[in-house]
Amino acid sequence: MSQQHAVNGVLPKGKVLTLETMNPNVKKVEYAVRGPIVQRAVQLEKELREGAKKPFTEVIRANIGDAHAMGQKPITFLRQVLALCAYPDLLEDNKFPEDAKQRARRILAACGGQSIGAYSASPGIECIRQDVSRYIEKRDGGIPSNPDNIYLSTGASDAIVTILKLLICGEGRGRTGVMISIPQYPLYSAALADLGAVQINYYLDEDKCWSLDVNELKRAINEARQHCNPRVLCIINPGNPTGQVQSRECIEQVIRFAKEENLFLMADEVYQDNVYADGCKFHSFKKVLFEMGPEYSSTVELASFHSTSKCYMGECGFRGGYMEVINMDPDVKTQLTKLVSVRLCPPVPGQALLDLVVNPPQPDEPSYNTFIKERTAVLAALAEKARMTEEMFNTIPGFTCNPVQGAMYTFPRISLPAKAIDKAKVKGKVPDMYYCMRLLEEEGICLVPGSGFGQRDGTYHFRMTILPPAEKLKIVLDKIKNFHIRFTEEFS
Amino acid sequence: QFKVHIVKGVKCSNFYNKSVCYLCVQLSLSVRAAQIREELRQGVKKPYTELIDVTWGDPQGAGLKPLTFARQVLAACLYPKLLNNERLPADVRQRAEGLLHECHGGSVGSYTDLPGIPQVARQISEFISRRDGGVPSDPDHILISPGSQWALQVHEKYTAMYKFKQLYCGGGGVRSGVLTPQPSYSLSVMSVVGLGGVPVPYQLWEEQGWEVQVEELNRALEAAEGECDPVALYVINPGNPSGHVQRRKSIQDVIKFASEKRLFLLADEVYQDCIYKENIEFLSYKRVLAEMGPPFCDTVELASFHSASKGLLGEYVCGFRGGYVELVNMDPAVMKHVFTIFSKDNAPTPGQIALSVMASPPQPGDPSYPLYRTKQQMQTLIKDNVRKVHEVLNSLPGVSSHPVEGGAFAFPRIDLPPKAIQKAKDLGMEPDIFYCLRLLEDAGLFFTPGCEYGQKDGTYHVRYAKKRFHVEYKDLNTKIKQYYFSLAGFAS
Repeated sequence: MSQQHAVNGVLPKGKVLTLETMNPNVKKVEYAVRGPIVQRAVQLEKELREGAKKPFTEVIRANIGDAHAMGQKPITFLRQVLALCAYPDLLEDNKFPEDAKQRARRILAACGGQSIGAYSASPGIECIRQDVSRYIEKRDGGIPSNPDNIYLSTGASDAIVTILKLLICGEGRGRTGVMISIPQYPLYSAALADLGAVQINYYLDEDKCWSLDVNELKRAINEARQHCNPRVLCIINPGNPTGQVQSRECIEQVIRFAKEENLFLMADEVYQDNVYADGCKFHSFKKVLFEMGPEYSSTVELASFHSTSKCYMGECGFRGGYMEVINMDPDVKTQLTKLVSVRLCPPVPGQALLDLVVNPPQPDEPSYNTFIKERTAVLAALAEKARMTEEMFNTIPGFTCNPVQGAMYTFPRISLPAKAIDKAKVKGKVPDMYYCMRLLEEEGICLVPGSGFGQRDGTYHFRMTILPPAEKLKIVLDKIKNFHIRFTEEFS
Repeated sequence: QFKVHIVKGVKCSNFYNKSVCYLCVQLSLSVRAAQIREELRQGVKKPYTELIDVTWGDPQGAGLKPLTFARQVLAACLYPKLLNNERLPADVRQRAEGLLHECHGGSVGSYTDLPGIPQVARQISEFISRRDGGVPSDPDHILISPGSQWALQVHEKYTAMYKFKQLYCGGGGVRSGVLTPQPSYSLSVMSVVGLGGVPVPYQLWEEQGWEVQVEELNRALEAAEGECDPVALYVINPGNPSGHVQRRKSIQDVIKFASEKRLFLLADEVYQDCIYKENIEFLSYKRVLAEMGPPFCDTVELASFHSASKGLLGEYVCGFRGGYVELVNMDPAVMKHVFTIFSKDNAPTPGQIALSVMASPPQPGDPSYPLYRTKQQMQTLIKDNVRKVHEVLNSLPGVSSHPVEGGAFAFPRIDLPPKAIQKAKDLGMEPDIFYCLRLLEDAGLFFTPGCEYGQKDGTYHVRYAKKRFHVEYKDLNTKIKQYYFSLAGFAS
């Protein structure tokens, strides 16, 4: 097709690159978090700016886990150090505290030419990798962490996709299968579509607060073995969009399952500081693995991921993150090191930010009090909003909302009238997308339909962030309640 | 003990395997260079007191001072309290305020919408239009990415160039081919292969200063028949490693060829600000295409790539990871999918700020302009130093180097004595790898071997980065002479 030549000096019509000639995998890629509903939200914001009259004065973007966009304030200490790194002349300015200056000097000393503008080593700046491993050791009660197993990355997404790329191979029935929870964060489904892997869905149990049942893992893998070669198990803990925080027993079961079925474990732990519910605690996969003894800790292959985008920092725009790889085959590790070398380096400002996250002010340092105050306030506000949201949603007839144990989202189940489902079909939309679009147009609230994350057939959900400030969140919750009542009326 | 690190230069039929082999060697050389640096630091006696590393175009890594304006703007964006700090010039504070206004929640920690911060996309399109003598540029056709070179690595999913290759390669029975220059930045070849595509090398014409020859493009295309389905033509202008700057006629010929043979043009123009030779102007593919008029200007599909990492006068911020792609004549349906792929991954905000400064630097009359102006003096200094090195190299018997026109690198040819070639073969190494290894060990000079970039069989080259010569290495010229003569020991 692309070998047509000009005939009689007349060029053939039609583009070289069309939907037909494009990589077919690309067509399968969808990313609901920024999908059509967000594009419509952007359009509405534009219209509002241009003075159009609408039933709302602003669009509330409760679709994406972007804390700062929703008014969460950056942590002062982090930004001070970054500013000092960006413009080192400020080191002479006495308005900056000494502990911030000390951290900035240390980071700059580790950078090429003492500048955060220089390329860094490909797996990341060496002293930051060391700081990360020390942080992990402290977090995990002393279990050793080797800096050579730490790779800094451009957000966690970058590292996740890199590992997937290493793992996915084979043809036909031998094609790699990757197990992922339903519901899931659509980066995974998009990456799997992109890479042409086989997605193996395992369902979280909505009735048991989205917990993971090993029997469901077994069901999923046995079915999958008929058409692919399952090699990977992905788990998001705390969960996105569901917010569940896995119990220690559950994590042990998952590890045992991975060992029995010979699976590479990918543990997405970017929300590890966002734990709210009483009785819930974050247990890192690495820690549990090692506490299960050498039979597991020396054999199960694990990659754990973390990022600067969530938790109390919310610094999505910096693209800071890392992964720790455990028990990776040394030859594969060489390939991994080579491959990250080829993409040069992760953004250095993001690396610097990560260093501060793993190296925060200590009790004897000048910035400590402010830092702790700000950090506590952010996490406490989130906890309160989590509680408020669950409580409020459960008062709406037709809503079932599990407790938001952690992360930053709520994923309530909504019952839609049969007539509404029919209307949606007529309009060529999936029912929860139709619902969310109506909500956007009528109330200016932007959510992501559950279909973007995966859900059991016949059920409908949406994902909303709990990030707007409490007063605004209350208003949002009220608006949703009113909308739902109206919507149900309309289709009764 | 170094031999252990070297991957034997096995002649692989697959160009990819070759590139990978040689990249491993490059990394091995880097490892050895790092060891030598450490040994020097520890006081180990060597024939030299410092290692001169000319492998990378990383000026800040080499100690070149960054652009103050950019760093001040960045600092103020990171720590907005500085907006009230009168140490910062008014234009800095104004720029920062404007950028923050366009960030969600007024924070650079937020995700940005596609294609990036709106003001930055606008500034880039204005920059492009100014550069191209007024040819219009549409901000909606500009996508901001985390660096353009980022794209050239195999596993990276979210920069422009990689995505474009992704669009062509893979899926269907016949593999897509991408014409790639030889010599060329090796990562660009690897990324094609990593996507399941086939690189189709076309030789640049060394005798004519590494020009692109249409006859050779034809030959390459014909050679690809039966092997793959060529869909794209990748050009690097100014060239890497060649340093050749294409003239208008050459660009027109390439465009006509792409049009006739139905190829999508990928124009890597990241070195467009690096022009050394007098009376040469950088002409962008976009500009030449537009100025060719119909039918070409409306039909030839083009993606042009640029980055904030390069550039003589701009902010050298490799570590910030900022780049963009401009799309011309792309099928709108395909463009939608491109946006979807980009939507999964955000360009880092600090990188976008670097792009803003690159696209819209201080103007005469601005308070920051005088300081900005002093950067141009740096340009003259580098040009002088580079010319001196070039003269020294060319004065050596057996070295021939083309006059440096542009780009960041030079690629002189080295005629190695037959005994040296034999010795290399005995050790199981490519001769130019052997040469670079000896140069490193015996003279403390770190150059990159030409085999990594592709060269005609039987010829040997080395690549060095011109920007490293912002510092005049007093001993460099003497050392090159000394070393070369010591290598001549093989001739006897």
